[in-house]
Amino acid sequence: MKPRTKMAVAVLAGSLAAASAVYLAAGIRAVRTYAQALPAHQLPKSQGGNVVVQLCDGQTTAEIPGLKPGQRMTRAQALEFSRKLMAEWQRKHPDRGWVMAQAKNPGAAQAPAGSAAGGSGKGRETIAGPGTSSAAKFKSQQGDTYASFHERDFVIWKAQTDTFVEQGNKIFHSAQLLGSTIGVSCDMCHPNAANTHPETYPKYQEQLQRVALLRDMINWCIENPVRGATLAPDDPKMRALEAYILAQRKGVPLAYGKH
Amino acid sequence: MAARHKSIETKYYEDRDCVLRALRNCDRRTFLKISAATMGAVLARGLTPPHTFQLVEIAGAATGPAIGKGFASEGAAGSRPFTFAYISDAHLYERTLNQRFVRAIVKAVDDVNALDPQPDFVLYGGDLAQLGEPSQLETGRRILSGLKARVKMMVGEHDWFLDLGEKWQQLFGPPTYSFDWKGVHVVVLQSVYEKDFWTARKMTPLERMQTVAGLDNALQSRFEVGEKQREWLKNNLAKVSHATPILVFSHSPLYKYYRPWNFWTEDAEQVQAILRPFNKVTVIHGHTHQMLFNQIGNISFYGMLSTAWPWPYAPEGLPKLTVQMNRADPFDQFDGCGDGQATVLAGGTVDKVYNLWDRNPVTVKASYLRSFGKADRPPAPQFASY
Ligand code: HEC
Ligand SMILES: [Fe+2]
Repeated sequence: MKPRTKMAVAVLAGSLAAASAVYLAAGIRAVRTYAQALPAHQLPKSQGGNVVVQLCDGQTTAEIPGLKPGQRMTRAQALEFSRKLMAEWQRKHPDRGWVMAQAKNPGAAQAPAGSAAGGSGKGRETIAGPGTSSAAKFKSQQGDTYASFHERDFVIWKAQTDTFVEQGNKIFHSAQLLGSTIGVSCDMCHPNAANTHPETYPKYQEQLQRVALLRDMINWCIENPVRGATLAPDDPKMRALEAYILAQRKGVPLAYGKH
Repeated sequence: MAARHKSIETKYYEDRDCVLRALRNCDRRTFLKISAATMGAVLARGLTPPHTFQLVEIAGAATGPAIGKGFASEGAAGSRPFTFAYISDAHLYERTLNQRFVRAIVKAVDDVNALDPQPDFVLYGGDLAQLGEPSQLETGRRILSGLKARVKMMVGEHDWFLDLGEKWQQLFGPPTYSFDWKGVHVVVLQSVYEKDFWTARKMTPLERMQTVAGLDNALQSRFEVGEKQREWLKNNLAKVSHATPILVFSHSPLYKYYRPWNFWTEDAEQVQAILRPFNKVTVIHGHTHQMLFNQIGNISFYGMLSTAWPWPYAPEGLPKLTVQMNRADPFDQFDGCGDGQATVLAGGTVDKVYNLWDRNPVTVKASYLRSFGKADRPPAPQFASY
């Protein structure tokens, strides 16, 4: 790289960093208004400098012997490792139901074409488990964080969710919060979010020339007829709008692709 | 290929020219034949009557006494057929603020001005303004004054609740009135009164207006004609023979469709009771922004389209006789919107044309409603609501 180019790159990188810092600060402030920031995974340090992976429960962890940061496993190795991690989880939770959807529906277990191991098509590439058991039985058990909950938890979760949906409700009904330059809000044409059909997404929208997600359509409507500035996909207002719209269609079967 | 295959437009204009040519010098018998043939061709194509057929209908009212007399002798009450057009629910902001809604009402004005022959009058169905601001009402008045035919004004809640009708009445006069036209008694109502929900909540005029402007809030009360106006209506109709066809223009539907969205008139039953003694009553209403029709006893109800936006069908309460319009395309500003005409037939009943922009117009006949759906059912939509 020529020195002059180098300098330009450095200046550019610097201003990008500054810009993103400003963006992040603004973003985080906005997040607090509508949603809280996500917590990060807490991983134990590896003894031998290997990669450490945590399960979705946020607790069960395992070190992958011989895998250094930046390296990648083959599909076979990855399957073997996943099995071990799951076995560890099941050892800790011998009575927990693990629903084997693929095992019951072998056709659905195709590995994606071109993946390292290739598709067996027979559901062999899934992690074995003890099978299904009634979820209701575990509704109020003690001892773990994951899937152990009480009446109080339901109340808290519901209150949290409803608050978020309510924030979306406010935005949906407010030209000002939507940033409309012409005083138009969504409820004017969609009372109770009628005719927004969130259950039909994703679907191909000819005019957008792509398979649209609900948020693409929300943005389309924010631009016109609402005449506001489009929102980033993870903008707290977008998330709240999605929450409100989806909440209005509770109980309607999912029907992706429907027009 | 070009010679043998004609485009839909070509066929349409050929049909039209043919009808017009034939009409120029024909007696009543030929005239009826042509209209029947046009109708037949139209039905065979599975279309709702397009403009060719409307022209024939309208011709009856306006080509002069030769044809007019024939029709008039069929009317029980001696009323003469005529047409009127409607434009409704434009929800205007100032021109500089919202070009979209302005464009839509201007399009409707162009549509109506292009009608040949011209309708006897144009009904404006209410909600001229979005938030009742003087500038919004004045913008609307300027645009409507571009209409060639005379305009009859009706008020909607969006015009009313900022200043409780002050500016609107200053511009257009009293919101309740009646007139007689070609043997039909016409009544225009202010059917969007509400019980005072604002004083106790200490709302500003703008807050009151904005509350009424929203559909899905439970804060406001329901629309009503009110006791005073019902008294007025009783007195107004006292002198009218029960055989005289009655045409009522009302912004709210004058029946109960869906309460949570105020697609509703709280004292609908009382108003209907006042209209019950008359043989033929037609209510034309605004507010609901969709193809909507109903028959309750002797009363036929037709909702008007909006120029600004279509509303979804309510989740319950839709009258059985309503055939839904197609769901609108969100990528087409004009889809699901429109204007329309109505033909008051010789007997005083009313056929109504829903002129849906960018789609085939749909005619809903009085015979469909008055037979409670047994005859002349309009075609089902391709994309119903779900
Ligand atoms: C001026 C009227 C109007 C406004 C304002 C409006 N929309 Fe729409 N929107 C429509 C119409 C009409 C349709 C098509 C409805 C149908 O499919 O039946 C539509 C369609 C949609 C769809 C797609 C529905 C489907 O079936 O795929 C979504 C999602 C949507 N709107 C969301 C919004 C949101 C969010 C806002 C506010 C930011 C908004 N709309 C504002 C009129 C409006
Ligand atoms: Fe209205």
